[in-house]
Amino acid sequence: MKYSYYPGCTLKNKAKDLDAYARASARALGFELEEIENWQCCGGVYPLGSDEIASKLSSVRALNEAKEKGQDLVTLCSACHHVIKRVNDDMKNVEDIRTKANNYMQLDEPYAGETKVLHFLEVLRDEIGFDKLKEKVVNPLTGKKIGAYYGCLLLRPGKILEFDNPENPKILEDFIRAIGAEPVIYPYRNECCGGYISLKEKDMAKNMCNNIVDSADGFGAEMLITACPLCMYNLKKSTDEKLPVKYFTELLAEALGVKEEVDKA
Amino acid sequence: MQRIGVFVCHCGSNIAATVDVKKVAEWALKEPGVVHAEDYPYMCSEAGQSKIQAAIKEKNLTGVVVCSCSPRMHETTFREAAERAGINPYMVEIANIREHCSWIHKDMEEATKKAVILMRAAVAKVNLNTPLKPGESRVTKRALVIGGGIAGIQTALDIAEAGYKVDIVEKTPSIGGRMSQLDKTFPTLDCSACILTPKMVEVNKHENVNIYTYSEVEKVSGFVGDFTVDIRKKARSVDMDKCTGCGVCQEKCPSKKTPSEFNRALNTRTAIYTPFAQAIPNVPVIDREACIKFKTGKCGICEKVCQAGAIKYDQEDEIITEKYGAIVVATGFDMIKLDNYDEYAYSQSKDVITSLELERIMNAAGPTKGHLERLSDGKAPKEMVFIQCVGSRCSDDRGKSYCSKICCMYTAKHAMLIRDKYPDVNVTVFYIDVRTPGKNFDEFYRRAVEDYGVNYIKGQVGKVIPQPDGKLLVRGVDLIDNKQILKEADMVVLAAAIEPNKDVRKIATMLTASIDTNNFLTEAHAKLRPVESPTAGIFLSGVCQGPKDIPETVSQAGAAAVKAIGLLAKDKLMTNPCTAKPDELMCNGCSQCANVCPYGAISYEVKEINDHGVRETRRVASVNSALCQGCGACTVTCPSGAMDLQGFSNRQILAEVDAICR
Repeated sequence: MKYSYYPGCTLKNKAKDLDAYARASARALGFELEEIENWQCCGGVYPLGSDEIASKLSSVRALNEAKEKGQDLVTLCSACHHVIKRVNDDMKNVEDIRTKANNYMQLDEPYAGETKVLHFLEVLRDEIGFDKLKEKVVNPLTGKKIGAYYGCLLLRPGKILEFDNPENPKILEDFIRAIGAEPVIYPYRNECCGGYISLKEKDMAKNMCNNIVDSADGFGAEMLITACPLCMYNLKKSTDEKLPVKYFTELLAEALGVKEEVDKA
Repeated sequence: MQRIGVFVCHCGSNIAATVDVKKVAEWALKEPGVVHAEDYPYMCSEAGQSKIQAAIKEKNLTGVVVCSCSPRMHETTFREAAERAGINPYMVEIANIREHCSWIHKDMEEATKKAVILMRAAVAKVNLNTPLKPGESRVTKRALVIGGGIAGIQTALDIAEAGYKVDIVEKTPSIGGRMSQLDKTFPTLDCSACILTPKMVEVNKHENVNIYTYSEVEKVSGFVGDFTVDIRKKARSVDMDKCTGCGVCQEKCPSKKTPSEFNRALNTRTAIYTPFAQAIPNVPVIDREACIKFKTGKCGICEKVCQAGAIKYDQEDEIITEKYGAIVVATGFDMIKLDNYDEYAYSQSKDVITSLELERIMNAAGPTKGHLERLSDGKAPKEMVFIQCVGSRCSDDRGKSYCSKICCMYTAKHAMLIRDKYPDVNVTVFYIDVRTPGKNFDEFYRRAVEDYGVNYIKGQVGKVIPQPDGKLLVRGVDLIDNKQILKEADMVVLAAAIEPNKDVRKIATMLTASIDTNNFLTEAHAKLRPVESPTAGIFLSGVCQGPKDIPETVSQAGAAAVKAIGLLAKDKLMTNPCTAKPDELMCNGCSQCANVCPYGAISYEVKEINDHGVRETRRVASVNSALCQGCGACTVTCPSGAMDLQGFSNRQILAEVDAICR
């Protein structure tokens, strides 16, 4: 199975791990991530201005490229996924944005939200299947107590992201079970880490992140996993690394026995 | 040619402010057949009706058109007035120039034009009207009440007291309903069981009442005054005549793990069970899904210990067919499922409960024997938080748009009872608005605040956060102080919205009674006929019609009973003469009309037809006018145009269309 893949800027810099482990795991699981050509930054934040078109165009280009190849578009970074999925929804359902974006783009065939956008975790759940993933695990992380940290970008707005139940999600917990570890449910797993506020109001971000980490720790988590580079940054920076925080792809690679080859490279 | 009178009503300013009523009357005189036209401020008043009657006599009218409000409002009024003046009531037609015109338009010129067109259509129809004569049908002097909660019990008692036979069909093993699950009742704080169980006993003992518990309505046919109903009496596996209600079977039953429906799954029950101690009838049922004997063939302990020999494993469902003149729906309500409200941690924490669960916890016969304690660790709580409007007054599709009406009062009740019995427990209530209209209701709420020190906070809760130490952190907002609130609690109680019983859709379909988007049964008129369904002979009692507390439910139950009694008191009913009638010469016996008839009113007979001198034996449609409800489905289906609806013939309807398009 071949997917168009949108890595995003952070995965080329700060979050190289997130990307490298994902690619290696994909190979081990028998699917291919084909990086789309000439992708541009998604903007990092979904533009809420309803008359804002320019900052949505890079997403539309990526979506259209996947459409032309006839592939689903896979994302990995929570922020990129959030922006691209929401822009795709706009292109499908908001006539004004669709018309303006297409007028600007002058594509051979207008783009109207045809591409299916999948987060890497959704590929694991819906395309591969967690039961199949479990069968491919060679190095189960037995006994590890892991807290899933969702953050907000993957879950909300629930009706557009359609990722999981925003108030009581389970996809990461199911993932943790599939790689042989034990999920720790704690109430702050779907709370915001503070996002970009950590640049302006450090104390607020600190407070938010400590709530998350203390709660996970209190319920017995030994580590947290996330899909979001910004969450990773905040959770580490604001809490003096009380609890190890890892990308879920690192644990996936480890369970599939491909972590070392990535680390060596 | 008809001699038609047109009467244009002002309805005060309801019509006259938007429609030039004088002009409508003037234009009416230009219509064929119209010999008289006038306008009047209130045509439905005594004086207005007299004008119609006077005109009928003076101008020798044969038909009448009243341009006024909806025919649902006053068609009967005007038809009866005309009949008293000596013309057939079916020679009167209404042009609805209020709901269909003045109320929905602003421009006088346009609205007047439309009113004239509606008047013309009605005149065109009356020109083709023929006198119709209603038939008669008999009334079975027996009522059916569906649901054995307080609503059904009260309705049944009132009908029975008036001297008519009543059957109650209750799907659970006992009557009593939701009220039997409650601990205390507002605003007087008397014990629910103490006021309910005497009524349960009374209804059970009443010579005119027959109760089918563990039974469901399976099929309904017929019409007002003459319904035929199939009731499925589910196999109880216990002989009701032999069982003495000693309870030994329940003590000895080894299958003890089924969640108790009565205690909202807070504890378990045995496979053979009566839902609660005061159950009526005091005869257990065997839950075959849970029973070891039914699952594996082994066990049979209850049969061995039953001294009365009442256990009957081979009992089968029984279908009882009975005739009724009136049917009262009293199917009640349930709490909504809280799947859409995971932010309140209901599924994550045992110490987050619903208000109905709290009723069971507070009740001496409940799972904690009436002790207020946390279900997670059995510890006594020190801080309790109540969250109102969970799923009520909701603006998106997660919950219900309506106010559940009872929650403000029962929350005040819970808060007060807890403060009274456990003065060291602090109670906080988060609310959107406190709504306590009702006799002695606001005084009750104020007592909770002023005398019992309950802390009311105006604002909603965003999240309930279970803490590692077992406490709950409640994150909400105080809208008056305009600040976020973080409050630690030992227990959180959710006032979940109420919704109609899940089975109501099925029952409404069987009864052809209409329901609204929230699955509440619709009343015939929101203000003037609140306990009657638009379907004749079907009456509404209790929460199946809309959220209600106990006093309101009991009042409405009585009102529904009176309406049912009014029907049962009649020996005969006039039937609607607007029924389908086939033209036997045109009918080719194809059966298509019978296939679409929702009332099973069409059958076929083979008879000799004289077709313009040619005698032939043909298969032709025949309508049972007692069953026909005049819906018209057959008339539009009939490929040869043989079927016509009296009072709404194809010619009449086309004449109306022509008049509108003219």
